[in-house]
Amino acid sequence: MPEAEHGLYAKLAWRQGALALDVDFDLPPRGITALFGPSGAGKTSCLRAIAGLERGGRGRVTFGKQVWQDDAHRVFVPPHRRRLGYVFQEPSLFEHRSVAGNLDFGFRRAGRPAHVDREGLIDRFGLRALLDRRVDTLSGGERQRVAMVRALLSDPALLLFDEPLSALDVAARSELLGCLESLHASLAVPMIYVSHNIDEVARLADHLVLLDAGHVVAQGPLQATLTRLDLPPALGEAVGAVIEGRVTGYDAHDQLIELAFSGGKLWLPYRHEVVGQALRCRIGARDIVLARAPVAGSSALNQIPCRILAMADADHPSQCLVQLDAGGSILLARITRRSWHALGLAPGNQIWAQVKAVALGA
Amino acid sequence: MSLLSGEDLQALWLTLRLATTVTVLLLLLGAPLAWWLSQTRSRWRRPIAAVVALPLVLPPTVLGFYLLMLLGPHGVVGRLMAALGLATLPFTFQGLVVASMLYSLPFVVQPLHNAFDAIGRQPLEVAACLGAGPLDRFVSVALPLALPGVVTGAVLGFAHTVGEFGVVLMIGGNIPGLTRVVSMRIYDHVQAGEYHQAHVLSLCLLLVSFVALLATSLLRSRRHARA
Repeated sequence: MPEAEHGLYAKLAWRQGALALDVDFDLPPRGITALFGPSGAGKTSCLRAIAGLERGGRGRVTFGKQVWQDDAHRVFVPPHRRRLGYVFQEPSLFEHRSVAGNLDFGFRRAGRPAHVDREGLIDRFGLRALLDRRVDTLSGGERQRVAMVRALLSDPALLLFDEPLSALDVAARSELLGCLESLHASLAVPMIYVSHNIDEVARLADHLVLLDAGHVVAQGPLQATLTRLDLPPALGEAVGAVIEGRVTGYDAHDQLIELAFSGGKLWLPYRHEVVGQALRCRIGARDIVLARAPVAGSSALNQIPCRILAMADADHPSQCLVQLDAGGSILLARITRRSWHALGLAPGNQIWAQVKAVALGA
Repeated sequence: MSLLSGEDLQALWLTLRLATTVTVLLLLLGAPLAWWLSQTRSRWRRPIAAVVALPLVLPPTVLGFYLLMLLGPHGVVGRLMAALGLATLPFTFQGLVVASMLYSLPFVVQPLHNAFDAIGRQPLEVAACLGAGPLDRFVSVALPLALPGVVTGAVLGFAHTVGEFGVVLMIGGNIPGLTRVVSMRIYDHVQAGEYHQAHVLSLCLLLVSFVALLATSLLRSRRHARA
């Protein structure tokens, strides 16, 4: 498919109230791209502009070989011709239709395509028992699940999810996050996922676009982008490593699992994973302690040998960020300048990164 | 003596026929108009909304007088119709329909307009992202969600047409079986001192209005109960 070679490209500028947006995205044609940034950074506005729901932006938007917007040539494709699967922050179902009526709204208009597995999606998102229900009898989590499957059934070429979990309670959120993770593996079309929750981003995204005050401050592969040393302080706690590995062991007595990744092995809390499955784990920069040598009498379960790549100033003058290479995986540690000097650290040094198991696992 | 004379029954039947015709036509015309008013950002929106609302404040005789001038054999529209080989409208049933539609227009358009506004943009944006074009969104999302407004508009338009007097007097005259509606007939009875007949006909209109309002309110509460 030639379309697969091109993803979404958008270069748009517009004003939205007090916020001046000027964005330039070039997104890959596969996988999940997270649009991440603090509240008020303009994430939702960007998504709406990409969908064509806001016409204020001037510039150019292309998807694959299709031109969706080109103000220089007065081209503007309306949203209903863009083949989008948009999921809004507030689950917005059609109140005058049943669950099945909602699900089939886009499916019918797409011509009930044979390659869209309607029954499979209904089962995977647990909607089978709800099909005949009126939508105003559903819980928040159920409504959002219906909205997601409704979008997937419309045979979209691009999925746009706008903080779909942010209006849900903790239980519903974790259940839906599981659904989305399982969807990720079988997803044939690209998705843009807006979020201000770094744990969601770490679990779902392949690529990352960091947005702050209406501007793209960084974009690229998830792991590499989140461990950059030059990210703006507004991202604060979000910076840190996301490592990817496979579950290699389960200690039923201590309720821990063992995750093997390129830099070694990590113990983390058991959360219904199965041995053999792929797993992502976020290690926040604050959760790493650096030591010159492996420590025997420490409660930190994990000690990973690393090499120091670089050091940079953190947002607070007492702190610095240290970039580490653990067998190919990049980690980031936030330590005090005093410790950096006391240990006599320098780029190229061998060092041990201690990670508390309790800090791991979203 | 029966309660209603043949002429009274004729007037009653004519009134119901008129009100039904006007209501159906107004819904067909008013729904797109109200939809346009609720969606457009055109600078003509406010002037047109004001024109639509004009019959709310305009004395019916004034409206009737202008229509008579406009539609009559010497009026602009009248001459145009004559040139096209069409009969002139004043003092015909068709003329009554046209006049009543103008007179009752705001009573249908305003509830519809409010109902469309109350839907908000989100359901329509969702529908657009699911591949529904503008007409599709209007028919399959906006109209069903605005159903209470459609019902209210229909009832108000119907009841208002049943009760009109001034416009009918100006444009319709008082021709039995053609333009003599119940309100005219009541006026005639009172003029002739036939209070008994006036009572019976008035009671009929009172009942029609009451039943219409009761039906709307019951329909609405049933929707609420389901929701």
